[in-house]
Amino acid sequence: MSHGDEAGRAAERVARESYGRLVAFLAARTRDVAGAEDALGEAFAAALRLWPADGVPDNPDAWLLTVARRRQTDAIRRRQTRTAGEEHLTLIADEIAAASEEGATLPDRRLALMFACAHPAIERGLRAPLILQTILGMTAEDISAAFLVPPATMGQRLVRAKTRIRDAGIPFRIPDKEELGERMQAVLDAIYAAYAKGWNEVGQQGVPEIAGEALWLGRLVVSLMPTEPEPKGMLALMYYAESRRAARRAANGAYVPLEEQDTSLWDDSQIRLAEQLLHEANAGGPTGRYQLEAAIQSAHTGRRLSGAANWPIVVQLYDHLYALTRSPVVILNRAVALAEVDGPAAALAALAPLAQDRRMQGYQPYWAARGHLLARTGATAEAREAFTVALGLTTDDAVTAYLNGQMARLSSH
Amino acid sequence: MQFLLLINGDESRFNTEPQGETPVSPEFVAYTEAMKKAGVWIGGDRLKPTRHGARVRVRDGKAVVLDGPYADAKEQLGGYYMIDVPSLDEAVEWATRCPAARYGTIDVRPLADISR
Repeated sequence: MSHGDEAGRAAERVARESYGRLVAFLAARTRDVAGAEDALGEAFAAALRLWPADGVPDNPDAWLLTVARRRQTDAIRRRQTRTAGEEHLTLIADEIAAASEEGATLPDRRLALMFACAHPAIERGLRAPLILQTILGMTAEDISAAFLVPPATMGQRLVRAKTRIRDAGIPFRIPDKEELGERMQAVLDAIYAAYAKGWNEVGQQGVPEIAGEALWLGRLVVSLMPTEPEPKGMLALMYYAESRRAARRAANGAYVPLEEQDTSLWDDSQIRLAEQLLHEANAGGPTGRYQLEAAIQSAHTGRRLSGAANWPIVVQLYDHLYALTRSPVVILNRAVALAEVDGPAAALAALAPLAQDRRMQGYQPYWAARGHLLARTGATAEAREAFTVALGLTTDDAVTAYLNGQMARLSSH
Repeated sequence: MQFLLLINGDESRFNTEPQGETPVSPEFVAYTEAMKKAGVWIGGDRLKPTRHGARVRVRDGKAVVLDGPYADAKEQLGGYYMIDVPSLDEAVEWATRCPAARYGTIDVRPLADISR
């Protein structure tokens, strides 16, 4: 990457930071997210175009506001009407002027906006797209590519969700203590869902970008809630995953499962970031879902030092995680770890409850894990059937190559 | 909700048989098996190339029957699946897994369900 690209990206970051803060500030006042986006949209587009080439202005917020107000004035002149947007922009400009006189910055309402986007009244699957759009200014088109939804459909859904925020009177505030745990979980789940989209589809054009955006959001929530342990747990989990990016693909492009990864390819600096965050999270309070998942990943990194993963600890951590989440995916992952402690037959027995679970029947990792365990018990025909289903469920060429390799190994035995 | 996944493409590429008797590729076997195991599969088949079929129109009381292949179309319907999933999003997800999506086009169409 050239320096020019890096400078361009840095300028884009500043533009998105500023845009997100201004949208959040306006929307928190008016509860009108779409209105806030409309008022600032053209100015933001201009910033994305101009700043990478001309450099970032001294006061990005003021620049965006000035341009936004000028565009609004032009629009009003053309249409001879007054819009609410203009009043909002005037209001916010006055506050910025007042703040800069006092040497202060505009209050950051992005956390409150994230809580509004991940409110229980907003459909779960839309929370991540909504946060990506309102906080980072991502377009419906870019978001739709990651979420496998046609762009127009994603656009309509986002518009509806914003209308709902306004009409349902969803508050723009940090929830009270008794509510905070659950509501924060929803915000973190949305951000992590965005990360997982980018993670699963690594290698597809245009998609990996979203993992980077999710990491940014992860750092943002940690900075906005510095005393809460769970955001740190989530960010740690993301960094553990990031640290293994280079080890996830073999030379031929095939997917490499964690147990078989070359640990010398793991990225030390990211592991250190993750360990530090996990340490802070553990010191900071009760153990939540993301802290536990990060702790499991931490146990895996032990393999880099000692050569052997601490599987009994991993199984125990999955037990705690299951008690907390009751998730079938946790049963699956626990069974895979259990195979390393008590053998594949015990692991298959632990998987048995999932055979009735319809969600798992369409879940590629379930069939891949089943095939792997069956192969190890010598049940070749059943293993072949499971790998076949796993192949039919994947869209990832790397996973296809891995599963075909597993099938070929079955034949040679 | 029931959906048809309509597999369109250049039939000279996906039907290489003499009589439509080419064995089903391992990718399609796996895909179909996955649909069945996931409990979404209702039906589906490959279609023989257009030259085995005909196009029929009745205009001004007169039937016009055209034998395939048809010069005007770059893509032909080559096969279909019928599936039952909770939403369009899931139908689209299944379509992305279809082996033919890599070289052809999968139309995802919900059934209007007029008989109910």
